[in-house]
Amino acid sequence: MEKAIICKNLTKQFGDFKAVDSVSFDVAQGEIFGFLGANGAGKTTAMRILCGLSYPTSGEATVAGFDVYKQQEKIKRNIGYMSQKFSLYDNLTILENIEFYGGVYGVSGAEIKTRSNELISTLGLEKEAKKLVGELPLGWKQKLAFSVAIFHRPKIVFLDEPTGGVDPVTRRQFWDMIYEAAANGITVFVTTHYMDEAEYCNRISVMVDGRVEALDTPANLKNRFNTNTMDDVFYQLARGAKRSGD
Amino acid sequence: MKQLLAFIRKEFYHVFRDRRTLLILFGMPIVQIILFGFALSSEVKNIGIAVLDNARDVQSEQIISRIQSGSYFQIKDAALNYRDIEQRFKQGEIKCAILFPLNFGSDIYKTGGAQVQVIADASDPNTATVVTNYLNNIINNYQQELNPTAKLAYQIIPEMRQLYNEEQNGSLNFIPGVIALIFMIVSTALTSVAVVREKELGTMEILLVSPFKPIMVLIAKAVPYLVLSLIDFIIILLLSVFLLNVGVRGSLLLIFAESILFIITCLSLGLLISNLTTSQQTAMLISMMGMMLPTIFFTGFMFPLENMPKIFQWISYIIPSKYYYAIIKGVMLKGLGFGYVWKETLILAGMATGLLFVALKNFKIRL
Repeated sequence: MEKAIICKNLTKQFGDFKAVDSVSFDVAQGEIFGFLGANGAGKTTAMRILCGLSYPTSGEATVAGFDVYKQQEKIKRNIGYMSQKFSLYDNLTILENIEFYGGVYGVSGAEIKTRSNELISTLGLEKEAKKLVGELPLGWKQKLAFSVAIFHRPKIVFLDEPTGGVDPVTRRQFWDMIYEAAANGITVFVTTHYMDEAEYCNRISVMVDGRVEALDTPANLKNRFNTNTMDDVFYQLARGAKRSGD
Repeated sequence: MKQLLAFIRKEFYHVFRDRRTLLILFGMPIVQIILFGFALSSEVKNIGIAVLDNARDVQSEQIISRIQSGSYFQIKDAALNYRDIEQRFKQGEIKCAILFPLNFGSDIYKTGGAQVQVIADASDPNTATVVTNYLNNIINNYQQELNPTAKLAYQIIPEMRQLYNEEQNGSLNFIPGVIALIFMIVSTALTSVAVVREKELGTMEILLVSPFKPIMVLIAKAVPYLVLSLIDFIIILLLSVFLLNVGVRGSLLLIFAESILFIITCLSLGLLISNLTTSQQTAMLISMMGMMLPTIFFTGFMFPLENMPKIFQWISYIIPSKYYYAIIKGVMLKGLGFGYVWKETLILAGMATGLLFVALKNFKIRL
């Protein structure tokens, strides 16, 4: 199968401190890949490199087939990104937000129009389309933010704790959207602190102190650690951590 | 290019939907021009004056009627005595008083040296000086009329002209200052806040992950505020020409070119501030304290620089608005050409380039 992300001995060093320590993993095209780890484990640093925001110190990595050293621009064109912080503009309407992000990614005007109509009807937001985003409830905003992150049809979407502060029902709906995106061939790379969400992933990796300590399907990991909750798997792996905090 | 346009359009949405920003953008210049133009006028008019006329003769009456006839003085009811005058000074009812002694008229002819006392409230020294000068003039003129044929053996008659502002229009001086101030507010303060707001909201991350180049983010932020600054500039020019009757003497093209140069300097400052701060409040505070106050103090439009201690005069050399003020004052009010302001222009251009370079270099890609 074609690989969306390949990392080989990826390392990022700040002085003596190895934020990311020789990490290797692959993510298949269309896979939902959970990227777990306690705060300070190095998730964010690794993700920054994969998003084309910083260079690794050593090792290799390609994202959507592009090299993280030389082809940052091309990587950026082929990925979408959504963060834990809410990322739409409150004083723009839903349509204007979509137009703005579509425009920034260079989607043509006509294409923006058809896709945004489509998007608004799938989300059932016809009445709200001309309302300011600030007036929407948080759950709606998050769903909209995700739709906007994949609006330009990226190959891979990076989700950095996308469901923080969202109620369980909306979280469930949010994951339905993720599944749908994956079914359409978009690779989903997601970080989360919710272990029930980890279960939804095809495979997960757990980072501890800059290294990937475990990488497998949720079922296999539970077998290996001889437990039936992901919580427990995570706890057993993470309690050995020497670093903590951000 | 299309990406940039989408971004710029978004910035305009932000501006036009935020009432506070709109108020600062369009309310501030208008209010400042009107305030400086009318309320804070340095001209002296309608000064309350008390007259204590003990002489009550033709000569004193004539002088009093002259005082009355201009628009400078407003005679309060005739004072009864000395203590009465003092009382009115204390109440602030009058700013000056004129006292004619008992035999004023006859003294002129008999002794050839009549006396008249002029008292002014010097708690406001500027007004006091202006007022005593006015009265002095009135009395001197009267004196000359009394003996038109008399000639001193040697006489020097100074012929004085107040260049560039012959009608002593007090609004002239501050207009370039207000323009500089508005640019500081719009281009520096509002721009830095606009960038920092994206950091606070977390939208900056999204922009940096997008294929949109970081430098383009800065350009997209700067362009709308450049346009808005120019609109403000035009508003101020129109107000000063049509409301305050201050004509533009120099080349309009030169004024615009110099203004764009200064706006770029201010924008660079704003971007630099936004790079160094992470909260809107800090950005606002630095812009206000660090940029606006020096503009008020060190450009010389409110307080004459020449009277300041040397150290403050040195500080003033690093304030960009000082040069802009000098340029605009020269071109707009005196009608000077580029040949007279190239030095200031060069310094300003140097500052703009330096600041822009540092701002772009410091713009960090941060997730």
